[in-house]
Amino acid sequence: MKKTFIITTLVEHKPGVLSKVSSMFWRRNFNIESIAIGAAERKDLARMTIAVKGEERDAQRLIGQLEKLVDVLKATILNPEDAVIRELALIKIRTANSRIRSDVFNYVEAFRGRTVDLSPESIIVELVGNRSKIDAFLELTKKFEILEVSRTGETALLRGPGSVKLND
Amino acid sequence: MSRMSGAQALIKALEKEKVEVIFGIPGGQIMPIYDALLDSKIRHVLARHEQSAAHMADGYARASNKAGVCMATSGPGATNLVTGIATAYLDSSPVVAITGQVPTSQIASDAFQEADIIGITTPITKYNFQPRSVEEIPKIVNAAFYLASTGRRTPVLIDIPRDVQSEIKKVDFAEKFIIRGYKASPKPDPLKIKKAAELIFKADKPFILAGGGITNSNAFRELKELAELLMAPVGTTLMGKGCFPEDHPLSLGMVGMHGTKEANYFIMKADVLLAVGCRFSDRTTGKLEEFSPDAKVIHIDIDPAEMGKKRDVDLDIVSSADKAIDALIEILKQKMKKKESKWQKRIKELKDRFRNEINDSKGISPPKLLKLLREALPLEAIVTTEVGQNQMWAALNFKAIKPRTFISSGGFGCMGFGFPAAIGAKVAKPDVPVVDIAGDGSFRMTENSLATSIDENIPVIVVILNNSVLGMVAQWQRLFYNRRYSAVNLGDNPDFVKLSESYGAKGKRINSLDEFTDTINKALKEDVTTVIDVPIDPEENVFPMVPAGRSLKEIIE
Repeated sequence: MKKTFIITTLVEHKPGVLSKVSSMFWRRNFNIESIAIGAAERKDLARMTIAVKGEERDAQRLIGQLEKLVDVLKATILNPEDAVIRELALIKIRTANSRIRSDVFNYVEAFRGRTVDLSPESIIVELVGNRSKIDAFLELTKKFEILEVSRTGETALLRGPGSVKLND
Repeated sequence: MSRMSGAQALIKALEKEKVEVIFGIPGGQIMPIYDALLDSKIRHVLARHEQSAAHMADGYARASNKAGVCMATSGPGATNLVTGIATAYLDSSPVVAITGQVPTSQIASDAFQEADIIGITTPITKYNFQPRSVEEIPKIVNAAFYLASTGRRTPVLIDIPRDVQSEIKKVDFAEKFIIRGYKASPKPDPLKIKKAAELIFKADKPFILAGGGITNSNAFRELKELAELLMAPVGTTLMGKGCFPEDHPLSLGMVGMHGTKEANYFIMKADVLLAVGCRFSDRTTGKLEEFSPDAKVIHIDIDPAEMGKKRDVDLDIVSSADKAIDALIEILKQKMKKKESKWQKRIKELKDRFRNEINDSKGISPPKLLKLLREALPLEAIVTTEVGQNQMWAALNFKAIKPRTFISSGGFGCMGFGFPAAIGAKVAKPDVPVVDIAGDGSFRMTENSLATSIDENIPVIVVILNNSVLGMVAQWQRLFYNRRYSAVNLGDNPDFVKLSESYGAKGKRINSLDEFTDTINKALKEDVTTVIDVPIDPEENVFPMVPAGRSLKEIIE
């Protein structure tokens, strides 16, 4: 059955690594939904979170291909039940009048988002959550004029004291 | 620590890796390195096209079991290497490619002869490096050789900007490059080995499929011991040819599209398939869903990414072939009793029947010629092939008895590989005869390597099976496109005898099999390259054959 798998990887934090990893996705025919990358707990490491759509064996195959890359130190599939998975989205919505604006505010509140920019004609909403929460917000606010959307892609950590780190 | 230029540091680092020879062509952005090379004992073999330089390094690596080194300038020099690097990558051959690059300050400015060779070679190397300072060079060279020749072997590229080549700095050769994301030689999981041994022990119809991983891990003794212990037939992939003596009673030859009838017949009947050091390539399996349908499959390979890539297997064991087979033997030899089973009797019967069949030919029969070639050559002689009909005739009819004596572009199927690879192999093994089995189409792709073979005094023998067509394409057009021949006719030009003579080589055209034997025997005594032009019938097909995408049961003969 096809579903989205979240894979967390530790990679060398140096130039060129992202391009080497991401070019493999295309080359090896993986259906990648998002990649989020940033510094990890050590300054020489970056953590890359990859959301890949496919079957269990596709995810396993991706782990194999990732671990084959010299700059990838570790790659693990995260079970969604054992992990905190979050995405951040910035959504700019046109608010032509105060009625629309207060309407949007209601949605923002219901989704526990924040308004991070306010101008006479538009607002920017910051929303944090898993992918489906952000998808749901975008679906419900379709009736407004959405000017721009920027999503980070999902990032994730294992729950509890356990961790995916080097040498374990 | 001593002061030296980046170029000198590179050469010294190569010497530390015990590099004996570099195959290459100089150019503008690699001049400091060629200058430093003059002061080294490392031999340089001047190719006439960078693609050939890469094939030479590859042939050298495959014959010697050491990394081969090729070198080229930036831009077109580097991109010309690409075909050769990809060839080595697909066949897991350790090639270290060194390229010049425009000066650091000009990188990304579309400078003269600039190419992003790091980007271009990322998919066809295990790793590539671009040192930005002299100090990095020794540790990068050390890491490049380590990466290329351990784990699943592959090419590695080092791209050196010209300013880094000429800059002078204090250089420390003791420093090591940290490659912590790399696992060189995984050990087989003992639990899985135990399960595999149980499966094998219970098998009535075991079959061993041996690939290039046997050769790369020197598991020849182990494979032979295991096969004899199980009395199991051994089929090989094209890359595995030579890893198990093909005159051994248990050898069935090659499996796959142009596999032998006996190998394809029995692999489809197996109940346990032990696939070692191979990757279930489409040329080996035919229609994957129907490949060896009843077999429980045990897959042993050093590359974890190969596990389940093509076929779902019952047991995947990530290990080098030698260690895994050794571990299996350890358990099995306590259990097994040698006794001839029905399976083994059946193999004996059918093998003899299949083996004696050779189709009739109009004119000189390539299969017969290859059998004569086997008789004429000592067992240590190395045969390389080009790609196409010549290659498949050779794979089917030339028995490789010793390891590393059959060198061919398997995965990439690169025409033009055989001749430069033969030159590289001859440099590695100057005391054994090296013969390139060629077609006229392939030979023409790198025939200018004749200049290298003559000028550098690297004598090899080229046997051109000359049908004046792109033979394999013509065969497919004959069989699958209703004889509509499109762009396969190569005409009668050039005269290969005169062409060879114009380079200073010997050329000889033969018209009968007897004449071939005489000529090859003479050529073996020559100290100069001999090209033997063998006219064959353009309608001749390579059989048996399984059409692409079909089950191995569907053999055309």
